[in-house]
Amino acid sequence: MLETIWMYLKVFVVGGILCMIGQFLMLKTKMNAARILVGYVTLGVILGAVGLYPPLVTFAGAGATIPLLGFGNSLAKGVLEAVAEKGLLGAFTGGLTATAAGVAAAVFFGYLFAIVCTPKMKV
Amino acid sequence: MRGSQNKQKDERYLKLVDKLTPNSDLAKGLIRAFWVGGVICVIGQLVNDAAKVWLALSKDDAGMVTAVVMVFFGSLLTGIGVYDRIGKYAGAGSIVPITGFANSIVASAMEFRREGLVLGVGAKLFLIAGPVLVYGIGTSILVGIIAFFVGV
Repeated sequence: MLETIWMYLKVFVVGGILCMIGQFLMLKTKMNAARILVGYVTLGVILGAVGLYPPLVTFAGAGATIPLLGFGNSLAKGVLEAVAEKGLLGAFTGGLTATAAGVAAAVFFGYLFAIVCTPKMKV
Repeated sequence: MRGSQNKQKDERYLKLVDKLTPNSDLAKGLIRAFWVGGVICVIGQLVNDAAKVWLALSKDDAGMVTAVVMVFFGSLLTGIGVYDRIGKYAGAGSIVPITGFANSIVASAMEFRREGLVLGVGAKLFLIAGPVLVYGIGTSILVGIIAFFVGV
């Protein structure tokens, strides 16, 4: 029980800090939402590739995977595994294979709710 | 004499306000981003743990289910206008998590629906998600090519 609480605390704090850094960048530099998202994904790929991000995922679980850095990390992880398995082809198949569920869900649900909901539905 | 002194005081006061206000805005923004972002990640962890326990999924599969569920809720909450409210309060706390990625898709697609189903919704869906995928996937392919030739 105590272990679970500790884990959730780590998730909260690490996830919170990663978002806080984003907020700091948005307020202190000219980065808007799009640039933050692009920057986080790209940085996630690099941190994943050099092996710095996976330990954070082990440490903080969803606190590291839910922020978009985690999406980048998954891309890198998928690519590296696929390259080890299939060689150069893996560089092109690994990233999307590892992130297929998230990307497909984003396209599908994104389209669905953009069509079903009207801007007037704003609560 | 007293008037000019007051004026000086006013100026000093205004300077002080100038110096302090952005900082307190910064602190407020950081705290909001921290706790809302943290809560979204905790929800993600709950979904992940539930998928592992109830659906008896492996670690990788549970992660994928978590991504799908979080994207679903990010899209739904954007569609009904709730996510925008969270965003106004939390700033990057709502943008950085994967729900913010879903939000960017639905928000831009809804905004351009007037321009039709193909070049409106279909294209603008990727207004922000497009660059994210281009740079994310592009960088990962570079990583793969380097890893292949360096032999990691």
